[in-house]
Amino acid sequence: MKNVKIFLALVFAAINIVSNAQNNAGLKLPAGFKASLFADTIGSARHIAITSNGVVFAKLMYPNKAGKSIIRLEDKNNDGVADKISGWGKYGGTGIFVKGKSLYATSNTGVFLYQLNDQDEVVDPLGPKTIVEGLIDRNQHESKSITLDGQGNIYVNIGAYSNACQEKDRMPGSKGMMPCPVLDSAGGIWKFDSQKENQVYGDGIRYATGLRNVVGLDWNTQTNSLFVTQHGRDQLSSFYPKLYTADQNAELPAETMYEMKQGDNAGWPYVYFDPYQKKKIVSPEYGGDGIKEGGENALDPIAFFPAHMAPNALLFYTGNQFPEKYKNGAFIAFHGSWNRAPLPQEGYFVAFVPFKNGKPNGEWEIFANGFSGLTGDEKVKNPRNAKARPCGLAQGPDGSLYVSDDNKGAIFKISYAK
Amino acid sequence: MSYNKVLIIIILMGGFAFNVSAQDITKGKKIYETRCLVCHQADGGGVPNMNAPLDGASNVVGTDIARLVRIIKKGYSERVALDGFYYSNAMTANPDLKDADIANLLSYIRTSWSNKASTITAAQVKAAGSKK
Ligand code: HEC
Repeated sequence: MKNVKIFLALVFAAINIVSNAQNNAGLKLPAGFKASLFADTIGSARHIAITSNGVVFAKLMYPNKAGKSIIRLEDKNNDGVADKISGWGKYGGTGIFVKGKSLYATSNTGVFLYQLNDQDEVVDPLGPKTIVEGLIDRNQHESKSITLDGQGNIYVNIGAYSNACQEKDRMPGSKGMMPCPVLDSAGGIWKFDSQKENQVYGDGIRYATGLRNVVGLDWNTQTNSLFVTQHGRDQLSSFYPKLYTADQNAELPAETMYEMKQGDNAGWPYVYFDPYQKKKIVSPEYGGDGIKEGGENALDPIAFFPAHMAPNALLFYTGNQFPEKYKNGAFIAFHGSWNRAPLPQEGYFVAFVPFKNGKPNGEWEIFANGFSGLTGDEKVKNPRNAKARPCGLAQGPDGSLYVSDDNKGAIFKISYAK
Repeated sequence: MSYNKVLIIIILMGGFAFNVSAQDITKGKKIYETRCLVCHQADGGGVPNMNAPLDGASNVVGTDIARLVRIIKKGYSERVALDGFYYSNAMTANPDLKDADIANLLSYIRTSWSNKASTITAAQVKAAGSKK
């Protein structure tokens, strides 16, 4: 009896693996691409990073059931599925980045640096260097994403602890504060030394401002500049039903991508970007009526996307595995919306924006879909029904693309078969 | 059971039905749709890690009505564990809602989706509100 059970379990496991490989782990991909479920249920995997040996590290939003918050995954037999998984760390967070043998990870208030050995194992799990500490975490937009520029600097997103910088946050009729005091310590990207220990706000500089919440950011090595994706503001129609209908709210404002040089400003909270008028419009909290333009000193986005889809990761593809059109283009992981209700939600996919000479070159397209687990083209109605929500992206040394999910903690590996 | 007792029970039940009718729950649903659905969603399921679920939430179907009234009136952003999870959004306050509105709203969220708790009367909301 027992043997039969074990036999059946093995058969089912085998069927699972085979069907997983056949159905691309449930993902819909362009022709020639395949996907495997690299890992599953590791905990709420936010961002991921991969070493030159192909070892994957995931940062969890909260410690998982085993009490670990940084997970190390290795695929020793190279079959597309991690077979050696371990972890450490007790603090939740979002950011993780690897540069050579230096592994950076973030909590919601600081940045820590771990040393890796030749096998890409962590040398000092209990004693990382504290690079930055004391960053603002006020419940909202608290995650700290990071990237490095290759010139000794680390860029940290500090999200605004507010939706639209109202005197009373998310309170109908409450006015926008002028000037917005949130911008002094949040709502932008801060730049720090990537090696110096124990830095606080005063040791870094506010590199770019006017960004409500950036979760996806990447240093583009072709343009040698920082690119970010912003989460646009919520609830235009619930606060200003006379100016915006629920249908308009579902499409306003656009989610936006910017190239940010030092000192740049993207306009939050004073303006938002309207994808139909293709203009920066004054926020109603600051006297806007849905038409009045503003933000003369603020950047225009270099690309924009449907509202509320939550771009949680940005990655410029530098590998050689994917077809030529993907080279130096941008992959974006859209976590999926909630503020389009009562209309169906959008996002829950990985998009691609083609680039040429460091500028978007053509329309964005859906690259990988089906993370929500719904059949066909069915849209997510209620966010809790989405099986997986894309949150992190990383490129493997062989040019494969990895996507992490912060719902149950899946990691998908996407490769091109030729 | 005597005829009289049955009669008394029927009258009592009728009394409750009069306090919180299906019509009141429909009114509560209307308020939910204009003020709460945006965050807590049509299925009451909330948004993972962002907006707490109301469907299946032990506090929502629980007995601490004063706490529920306070949350609706004053808003909520305390980042405490709710059934083991944390939520990182700030809930809007509703200082303008009347006791009867809050009663209808609570009756709706306590009896909708998979929730099967008791309905709430305006008198209960008033009593809870004065507790502070
Ligand atoms: C802006 C988004 C938002 C809106 C609008 C909103 N809520 Fe909430 N609600 C939240 C968040 C976020 C929490 C959890 C807050 C926390 O954990 O600090 C919450 C928590 C609650 C709770 C406590 C749940 C528990 O398990 O203890 C109740 C009850 C509740 N909301 C009811 C309502 C009702 C009724 C409305 C409409 C009048 C409403 N909410 C509108 C975001 C919202």
